[in-house]
Formats: sequence, structure tokens, C-alpha cells
Amino acid sequence: MDRPIRVLVSKPGLDGHDRGAKVIARALRDAGMEVIYTGLRQTPEQIVNAAIQEDVDCIAMSILSGAHNTLLPKVVELLKVENVDDILVIGGGVIPDEDIPFLKEKGIEEVFTPGTPTSVTIDYIKENIKRK
Amino acid sequence: MFEKEKLGKIKESFDAYEAKVAETTKKRPERKEVFETGSGAVVNRLYTPLDIEGFDYENDLGMPGSYPYTRGVQPTMYRGRFWTMRMYAGFATAEESNKRYKYLIEQGSMGLSVAFDLPTQIGYDSDHPLAEGEVGKVGVAIDSLADMELLFDGIPLDKVSTSMTINAPASVLLAMYIAVAEKQGVTADKLRGTIQNDILKEYIARGTYIFPTEASMRLITNIFEYCSKEVPLWNTISISGYHIREAGSTAAQEVGFTLSDGIAYVDAAIKAGLDVDTFAPRLSFFFNAHNDILEEVAKYRAARRLWARIMKERFGAKKAKSMALKFHTQTGGSTLTAQQPENNIVRVAIQTLAAVLGGTQSLHTNSKDEALALPTEDSVRVALRTQQIVAYESGAADTVDPLAGSYYIEAKTKAIEEEAMKYIKRIDEIGGAPRAIDNGYIQQEIMDAAYNYQKDIENDKRIIVGMNKFQIEEEAPKGLLRVDPSVGELQKSKIQALKEKRDNALVEERLEALRTACKSDENLMPYILDAVRAYGTLGEICGVMREVFGEYQQSVQL
Repeated sequence: MDRPIRVLVSKPGLDGHDRGAKVIARALRDAGMEVIYTGLRQTPEQIVNAAIQEDVDCIAMSILSGAHNTLLPKVVELLKVENVDDILVIGGGVIPDEDIPFLKEKGIEEVFTPGTPTSVTIDYIKENIKRK
Repeated sequence: MFEKEKLGKIKESFDAYEAKVAETTKKRPERKEVFETGSGAVVNRLYTPLDIEGFDYENDLGMPGSYPYTRGVQPTMYRGRFWTMRMYAGFATAEESNKRYKYLIEQGSMGLSVAFDLPTQIGYDSDHPLAEGEVGKVGVAIDSLADMELLFDGIPLDKVSTSMTINAPASVLLAMYIAVAEKQGVTADKLRGTIQNDILKEYIARGTYIFPTEASMRLITNIFEYCSKEVPLWNTISISGYHIREAGSTAAQEVGFTLSDGIAYVDAAIKAGLDVDTFAPRLSFFFNAHNDILEEVAKYRAARRLWARIMKERFGAKKAKSMALKFHTQTGGSTLTAQQPENNIVRVAIQTLAAVLGGTQSLHTNSKDEALALPTEDSVRVALRTQQIVAYESGAADTVDPLAGSYYIEAKTKAIEEEAMKYIKRIDEIGGAPRAIDNGYIQQEIMDAAYNYQKDIENDKRIIVGMNKFQIEEEAPKGLLRVDPSVGELQKSKIQALKEKRDNALVEERLEALRTACKSDENLMPYILDAVRAYGTLGEICGVMREVFGEYQQSVQL
């Protein structure tokens, strides 16, 4: 792979707590990835459009509002509608452990909860992106 | 305060002490090369009178209840009565939240603090497409006066004081509160409480803004003006450092950026023709309490002293109440860990003590499970009990400003005041807080601090017990609060029923009157109140303002 890994960091839904998203975005950038940060209040449609337009390898979504079970699976569904199958979709934020199996079943490939070191997320993305 | 000759002697013995320490540390080095506070400021080995050489008791401290209020805003502080134990609560529907409020009052909570869900905070009704999945999640869903009536059902509004964490649509929620009181037969001049109403920190740190800066500032000054006449006991704004700190700022940045926002509100109100001494007594502040207890105590004292000086010297305030900085505190949500959540009870206890030793007027303590979900009834009770134990058992509330005169506390208070003042000057140079927000300066400073903090944790330079040290294998916690996903559907059907029942022509008429007022420079509060009384919804009212004012576009900083 010649070009750096490209990641879309996004805040789906209405919550404005973006410290985690911004810290992750910076850490990914420091690890040599190209990062596009969408800013707040993104709908699943906007996230998928941005991901396709920016030709990213990974969509990383941060959500603290409790709306994860509604919004995260919708992103995966919309990617399927667009016939995109080579983007790694991951999530993070205040997400109870008991919701993680449901999210994984819906195609969110990994979920990072509070206290996860940024290096864990970085390594995960490096090892799991689908575009070769 | 110190005689020159005595300071000279102290210097001699201090140098001798340091020489001796140098010998000791050669054999037994200290735990770290550099010790730092929770905010990353260097902590010296020892503090002595040499660190507060120019300290002048009268000028720097004075007595509690008098200028510059370093030692507190009331003469007797908690010997008169304890701070208000005000637990922030709200989730799901108005009915569910009403039950939680009654429970908290029964358990000894002294004031209500309403958490609204995100659609409410951003001015959308529960049936708006963007509200999907968010209704009732981080707070209660309020779509109209009908919901507000249920929220305060059986709670006499002349007896409790209510704080509402609402910013962009604060005018609408305040109008709903006034209208509920009218229905209870309580006149607006009896209402006590606070609306957060601090839009600048929304742009900086919290993100639930609606309108562009200028329109937001107008709404805020409209509220100042309206309340100074009609709701005189109401605190019309709570200028919030809390979220600035949660976004990753240092303690000194928390003070500097928050007071800069305060300066912007005072400027805007004066520009709108208000007299500083008519609205300044109703300004209040909101700060965070993190784990570094001594730094936090110094922070509160520095904030009080700095604000008193700003109000007196910069704005020429005359009334004592205009200069006295009153504040609510919340323990630091971002300091809580998802790992070993029981440990959070201890963190909250330390933070409670910081707030009390720093002289807060009211306090919300976070619950142990908040890094995981909204708190359950049981975990909220423990958080409230933490305050009660500090109040009734620790003795910390029995004398006023007990840490005053500590060489470290006084040196640190001065250091934070000076550092915060540097930020205020920098923001003045940029042209004030709204401009420093629009050009991203404040957000950038906070982001840098947040990133450094995270790196320190990952390098183990900063230890978080249970997270990067003393870890254990843990099972997933059980019994977390879950908001029933059917809340969204329920709210939708309530809105539909409301729209069938109310006088829709009257609503239209009042929304039209509001639209016209938005385009003039009239005070909007009476128009909003009329629309609310006719059961116009939050989404409809904010929709009219969105049409006229437009929406704020965030500038993204990394």
C-alpha cells in the first residue's frame, strides 16, 4: 500500500462532546495517517457520503449520547446500499459493554470504550483495514 | 505582611534546607524529577513565606463577604447554611424525571437541576428526523408547555429553586417555567433558580449551539433585561467553565476562558443599554472540580478575586453583589473511569472536598457509573450522601476558608490569577471572546492541553488508578440505567395529540408575532412567553428564530 491510511473521524448524532474524537484524530495523524474530521452533528447519510468522497479506509465514530444503537448500524447499512465493502467501521465513546455484541452483529467491527489508549486504536486500524 | 529581615532569615534557612535535601536526594532520589499538578503546573518541594513575598492580607484576601471576596462571598459561609446540594437529573419522559426529582427531594436534595435531552437542547421537537435515537437519552425530552407541566407536577415552584441546563433555547425553557408557575398560581417574582444560558461555552466546548454568535448574544441580553424587571430573583446566566475543563483545559485556562466569556456578556449587556449594577448581581458561574484538591481550591479563590477586580476596575460596578462571584460546582465527569467504577466514589469525595474548601454555593456530585451510562437511583444516592458526609461529618464546613494562609494555597491562588489574566489579555487583544471563538483560538488552546493530558496518561507520566496502574480483570458492570427506546415514539404521539387539541390558529398568530419581533430590536421574551402559553412547541418557536437568525457554523479545529 503506497498511500497513508485515510480515516474519517466523525461525531454522529447531536452530542457535542468532541474531546475524545479530536484526541483520537490527532493521535491518528501523529501516527502517520491522513485524518478527515467531520465536526459535530453528522447524520449517517452525511458520514457515508463523506467517507466515499474522501475515499477513506476507515470510519471512526465517537458517540456519547446513548444513540449508538440507532446511529452506528445505520452507517453500515448505508455503506451496503452504496455497495461499499472495503471500509473498516469502528466506534467509541460511552457505550455500555452489553451493547457491544449487538453493534458487532450489525457490522461495527470494533468498539473502544473509555480508557482505551490511543495506541490500541491505532494498532487496530493498521491491522484491520481492508484495502490492500 | 512579612518583615524584610525575617524573610532574609527564612531565605538563609531555606537555602540550607535545599542543600541538605540535595545530599539526601543523591542517595534517595524523589519519586519524580518534576512534580506537576493535575493541570501540569510545576509543584515545588516546599512553600514558604518566600513564595508569597508581596502578599498583602487586606488587598489580596480581606474578610469573607467583602472585596475582593477571595475568602468567600458570604461572611459566615457554611456556618449559616450548607451549600445547595443540587443533583443534576433528567431522562426519558417528563413523568419519569418528575419521579426522580421527588425521590431526590425526599433524600435531602435541596434544589432541582434539570438535564434536557439533546433535541431539546438544540431546539428540535422529538419528532424531528435529527432527534432519532436521541429522545430522552441524556436528559428529559421537553417539547411543549404540556411536558413542562408534567415535569413539575406536585413540585411547588415557590418552594424549590431550579437550575436548568439549557443554553441555545434558554429563553423558551425559561418561558415554559414561568408559564408552569402561572398555572400553579406562583408569580414570576417568586421564582428562584438559574438557567445556564451560556452560549459562548457551547461554541467553545459543548456543541449544543443553534444560532450565530450575534443573535445568541441578543437573546441573552434580552433575558437579562426581561428578568431584571419580571423575574428579579432568577440567576439569568451561569457562565460555565465546567465544560471548558471537561474539554481538556487546565485549571488556569478554565478561569481565564470563563471570565473572558463573562466579560463578553457584561460588554454585550452594557452595549444593549443596561446598567451594570442592575444585571451583574444575577450573574453566576459554574466550575469543575478535579482531583488535584489544592490546585482546585486555589482556582476557586483566584476566580473570585479576579472577577471582583474586573467588575470593579474594568466595569466600574458599585454594588457589592456585582463584584461577588457566586458559583455552582460539579465534580469532574471526565475524571471518572469505566474501570473499577467503585473507585469513582473516592474521586468524587476528594472533588467534593475541593469544592467545599474552595467555597462553592452549590454542588452536583457525579455518580460512580457515569463513565458507563446515566446514573441509577442507587448510585445517585451514594453521590448525594458523599456531599452529606462532607457537610455533616468532615468538619470542613465549620470554619470559613480554612486553607487561607497556607503558603502553597496563597502562592497557587496568585499563580492561577496571573495565568488566567494572561489569557484574558490575549483574548482582549484578539477582540473579545466571541471573536477568539470564531477564529478558533480558545478551542485550539484547550485541544493542545487535552492532547498533552492524554499523552501523559499513555506514557504513564500521569497515573489513573485502575486504568493505567493497579488494573484488575473485571466483569462488565450490571444494572446500568437504560432509557426505554419507546420514549421517542411516546413523545411523538404526545406532540401529535397536542397539535390536535390546541388552538392552532392562535399558535400561528403568536409565532408570526415572534417572527416580526425577531426582525426588529424588541425584547423577544414576551413574544416567546405568549407562544409558549398557547402551547407552541419548542421546535416551532426555535424554528421561527432559525429562519430569521440562521444557524451557527462550527469551525473545526484539530
